[in-house]
Amino acid sequence: MTFRVHVRVVPRAGLLDPQGQAVDHALGALGFTGVKRVRVGRAVELDLAAASKDEAEAHARRMCDRLLANPVTEDYTIQVEED
Amino acid sequence: MLRVAVLRFPGSNRDVDALRAAERAGCEAYFVWHRDTNLQSADVAILPGGFSYGDYLRSGAIARFSPIMQAVQRHAAEGGAVVGICNGFQILCEAGLLPGALVRNARLSFVAKPVDLEIARTDTVFTAAFAGGDKVRIPVAHGDGRFVADRGTLDRLEAEACVVVRYLQAGAGVEPNPNGSDRNIAGICNPAGTVVGLMPHPENAIDPLQGTQDGRGFFTSLAAWQSLAGRR
Repeated sequence: MTFRVHVRVVPRAGLLDPQGQAVDHALGALGFTGVKRVRVGRAVELDLAAASKDEAEAHARRMCDRLLANPVTEDYTIQVEED
Repeated sequence: MLRVAVLRFPGSNRDVDALRAAERAGCEAYFVWHRDTNLQSADVAILPGGFSYGDYLRSGAIARFSPIMQAVQRHAAEGGAVVGICNGFQILCEAGLLPGALVRNARLSFVAKPVDLEIARTDTVFTAAFAGGDKVRIPVAHGDGRFVADRGTLDRLEAEACVVVRYLQAGAGVEPNPNGSDRNIAGICNPAGTVVGLMPHPENAIDPLQGTQDGRGFFTSLAAWQSLAGRR
């Protein structure tokens, strides 16, 4: 089976995120109110062959730990959909 | 003569500068391609500046898996000297050879200018020719130069004297910390002082035409370290 895996990587909470701050300021300048916090990260989309959803998630987790996220500075979340 | 391997990744761009700087300091320097699997009996491996693999994903994240990096890991594990400059520093952190990480500059812009530094530790492969507290002015050129680590790691780096070079605090006539690095850290090393990473570019400060020659001491340190190590 093929699964679509969405990996979201964001700067770890507590770490200064200057991109998030710049976007926050820009949104304020455009008149958008109510924005409490902005973090800017990146999204990685994978089409992944695996026997089950759990296996796909476990596989993606290893990819994140090894390459897709930096454990020192970033947190990640994984969402798996059946294709 | 000290053998210095300068690694070349796709996107390295200070490789020639590093090679010349090592040669001018009296070393026998040569290039090693990232697909090679051995360092050809190098005493020192230099990972030069640039944008290896276009900085895709994160600076240094992909270069660390190059075949030559296995040889660098072995060399470091055997106590061999490894120096990472700018992108090379980023690669060493990604590879886990040095702690922490280098992330986007606090003010987001790419910074290319001379900065003022203090040598904080001198018994390392890249600073052995300096005296503690020496001040140098050499250029930086980076977008992802802000050194960060968790508090425990920072405390350990300080306790084990693993901070090698610091940016000076802002003051009259001083070009200070350009990127917001934690604790003004510009360069660090492993406890033995054999693996060193720094963001500024000493290889671009070795000739009168470059405005400052303060970078020469880093490269004369390579041989100074070797003779120091020989005496031990």
